Amino acid sequence: MKARDLTELAGRNLREALLRNSLTTLGIAVGVASLVAMLSLGVGLQQLASKRLSRSGLFDAVFVSSRANRGFGRPTRPDPATATPAKVLDPEARRKIAGLPDVVEVYPEIRFPTEIQFEGKPYPTAVAGIPSSAKTDGAFEGMKGVFFSGLDVDEAILQIEFAKDLSTQPDSLIGKELKLRYAERQPLPPEPSAAKGKPNPNGSSPQAEERDLSPGFSIVPREKTFRIVGIVETEPATGFGGFGRGRLLIPLQVAETLRIAQANDLREILRGTASKPSYDSLTVRVKGPSQVKSVEDAIQAMGFTTFSLLDATKSLRQVFAVFDLLLGIFGSLALAVASLGIINTLVMAILERRREIGILKALGAADRDIRRLFFAEAGVMGLVGGILGVALGWLIGSALTFGTNVYLRRQELPPIDLSSIPWWMVAGAIGFSIAVSLAAGIYPASRAAKLNPVEALRYE
Amino acid sequence: MTGTMDETAIRTEQVSRSYQMGDALVRAVDDVSIAIRSKEFVALLGSSGSGKSTLLNLMAGLDRPSSGAIFAHGRNLAEMSSEDLAQHRSHTIGMVFQAFNLLPRMTLEENVELPLRLAEVERADRAGRVREAVERVRLAARLTHRPSELSGGEQQRAALARALVNRPTILLADEPTGNLDSATGDAILHLLQEINESLGMTIVMVTHDRDRAAKFAHRIVTMADGKLISDGAQS
Repeated sequence: MKARDLTELAGRNLREALLRNSLTTLGIAVGVASLVAMLSLGVGLQQLASKRLSRSGLFDAVFVSSRANRGFGRPTRPDPATATPAKVLDPEARRKIAGLPDVVEVYPEIRFPTEIQFEGKPYPTAVAGIPSSAKTDGAFEGMKGVFFSGLDVDEAILQIEFAKDLSTQPDSLIGKELKLRYAERQPLPPEPSAAKGKPNPNGSSPQAEERDLSPGFSIVPREKTFRIVGIVETEPATGFGGFGRGRLLIPLQVAETLRIAQANDLREILRGTASKPSYDSLTVRVKGPSQVKSVEDAIQAMGFTTFSLLDATKSLRQVFAVFDLLLGIFGSLALAVASLGIINTLVMAILERRREIGILKALGAADRDIRRLFFAEAGVMGLVGGILGVALGWLIGSALTFGTNVYLRRQELPPIDLSSIPWWMVAGAIGFSIAVSLAAGIYPASRAAKLNPVEALRYE
Repeated sequence: MTGTMDETAIRTEQVSRSYQMGDALVRAVDDVSIAIRSKEFVALLGSSGSGKSTLLNLMAGLDRPSSGAIFAHGRNLAEMSSEDLAQHRSHTIGMVFQAFNLLPRMTLEENVELPLRLAEVERADRAGRVREAVERVRLAARLTHRPSELSGGEQQRAALARALVNRPTILLADEPTGNLDSATGDAILHLLQEINESLGMTIVMVTHDRDRAAKFAHRIVTMADGKLISDGAQS
């Protein structure tokens, strides 16, 4: 029998026992819907996490530190091949890195604990320098007030909890001024006479002597006034171990000009490099995650230690793959139950249509035709059930998103897209529904095909 | 339709069909050898349980013999695959049953078209073939009716149209008048006779009505207890 005739006959047979076949199809639809809802939730959460993470700037960034320092909590090896002092991460190195292909921006991490004066009262806080590229970060979305108006403006953005410390009505802070008190590092002039006149009791090398004699710096207390321009709900997480913990955010360029005394300054005095400005670490923002590897390699070749979160994204993808798999398995359980419904419906159909099968065989239908007819009926139920199921799954996902957003709105949090149904999921769910239905139809179809026509014709 | 009166349409050679019923082996057809020529109208006569319907089913290729051979136009049905047997039923055989066996949810037209669908006849040719078959049994006015809207005689004529639509060479009728009153039954048999004469179609009809068999068939083959007990031509 030709496919069109087969489909027509299958459709006619399905319409005959409309209620039963509709209920069976609905069973498949519920199964597919549960699968789609579960997977859409998994994919939605994955997309949400990926979006947040990619907007956090963690995945298109390379974090650079000097090999002289212990990098990011991990021990770094000295350079045994050359036994030369490790390269210093200074403005020259920063310029070179900024000149590498695919590098968008290179900036140091500036974060320091200090104190501010607001309306005559002192408040301890942590200040972080924010690069202008952070403007597009998710953390600044929906902020109260505005982002910094320029690169070198004396403007500040408060983290909401800190703003609450300053005032019971945080919104009223916008436009007001605060005074930032900080410790500025001022280099001392060199003292050549003291250095040269001193004997060397340990017999150390001239180079060591030089280092011993390097000038230090003094720390001078300073004050600077900033105007509050915005309040941010969530803490910006931009940068590795970065300014996420900053409660008072100021433009990075301004933060750099403050010449804040940092924790590594003492170490630099001991190393004798305190006279030259250097960075503890630099964040290198690249065009996209795919360029991270090449930039990282280039920076490593320059003699610095690098770190990126590409490996972390791989682990994240793995976690979500397992998560999706588990959700898929739970969702498939309902479809497995629905497939039992198909088997039941088709086996019932064989009993009811025994005589009809006999007639069809007497008229020239081959076993193959009967088998294909039952398969077509199962397939049509799977197709219709799949389409309905995807629609139902979408409704469930939308309802979940709606409910979640109602809750989030009550908590004064921004709305999210909890579920996502990409095209591959629509096609996959319908295909899977048809495949499961056809698999469920194997037994009834082969049983119908094997019916003895003489016995079937005798059946009343 | 092909064949002359001299050609053999169906030949059975020592055909037996037995069934296991509990411990007993029932021989429904027992060592039957018979040759039916093309264009012949043969009545298979016998009482209930004589094995005539079983023999008819074997000729149709709906069943397989336990032993022996059945040839239809020279091809041994006993050696055919089930696929080939389906082809045989589709192209060579037309069947009519006592219970009409029309599909109740289909219209007369759809019922008659069904064998054409199974034989994969082109859609464009189907309407003409259906109309031709329906006109032959004089039911053209009832094309859109469902079986439940037709009388018994009309249903049997519809079944006859369905059996003819694929232009088979052999028509096998199993008690075609069994569910009909005498006058309607006679009308059906007249129709069979007309088909046999005008189309030259070989007809094997199972019946237990000796008088009607004698009136319409060329030849009466009588069976009892699965065996062939007489085979005689009608004058």
